[in-house]
Amino acid sequence: MADTFDRVKQIIVDRLDVEESKVTMEASFKEDLEADSLDVVELVMELEDEFDMEISDEEAEKINTVGDAVNYINSVL
Amino acid sequence: MLQQQAALVTGASRGIGRAIAMELASKGAKVAVNYAGSEDKAEAVVQEIIDQGGEAIKIQADVTSEDDVKRMIKTVVDEFGSLDILVNNAGITKDNLLMRMKEEEFDSVIDTNLKGVFLCTKGVTRQMMKQKYGRIINVASIVGVSGNAGQANYVAAKAGVIGMTKSNAKELASRNIQVNAVAPGYITTDMTDSLTFEQREQMLSLIPLNRLGEAADVARVVRFLASEDAAYMTGQTLHVDGGMVM
Repeated sequence: MADTFDRVKQIIVDRLDVEESKVTMEASFKEDLEADSLDVVELVMELEDEFDMEISDEEAEKINTVGDAVNYINSVL
Repeated sequence: MLQQQAALVTGASRGIGRAIAMELASKGAKVAVNYAGSEDKAEAVVQEIIDQGGEAIKIQADVTSEDDVKRMIKTVVDEFGSLDILVNNAGITKDNLLMRMKEEEFDSVIDTNLKGVFLCTKGVTRQMMKQKYGRIINVASIVGVSGNAGQANYVAAKAGVIGMTKSNAKELASRNIQVNAVAPGYITTDMTDSLTFEQREQMLSLIPLNRLGEAADVARVVRFLASEDAAYMTGQTLHVDGGMVM
């Protein structure tokens, strides 16, 4: 669990160029991390590569916070 | 000029698509020649490119099928290692007077000429976003700008392509993906060979440069849009029509 969060966090920090401390489970990509819609699509693509899984468009649309991403990944792994 | 770049040209077994495939290959691009049904002709294009020292593969795919398009794009990336240039060229015509045009004739032209562009563009976006580089060139038509009696379906699709070019250009610009279009005028291909002598003469009288276009005329402009020379252009439609529509 913590491992998934750390890996997700690293990708977010690299991709969105935000401070690590801002990346919490509750943080919203668009509101707290200043990502635009295209950033979120790119993040999902990177998460797919990192965790070697496919996230469908329907599932991807439900991902609003860091926690949504981590929980979804853990539910599939 | 396009050394080591990987290009996918849809509908590249003949006509303008064939000329575009040859032109990009002649400038060093690796070219995937897509075709729907004409395997022999696609193979001939691939062979001609290889004979001239280039690199090419042929891929069968129906651009109206998302599954086909996904498979095609995966093949290009697997074979070439990247996908830098997409030329959406595949197109059909089913001309008829508005009052005689069947729903099927309308739908099938919209499917291939407009939805096909959407599916292929959507399909390559992932790869191009990862690369942070991409050039998408849509082959529209001058009638998409001017209108043309007897081509309600074709004109609607081509005008749609010009509009989609602008939307996609805006949406993808921040990822260094540029989307432009060419609008060919009267180009001599299989598609236009079916016109009557009178129709040809009529067309010629409307072309200030006073000659019909060649597929190579269009291909060179596509090559320009694919090259670094067009680095500061996106969302544009270049008319390649001898001055027919200004």
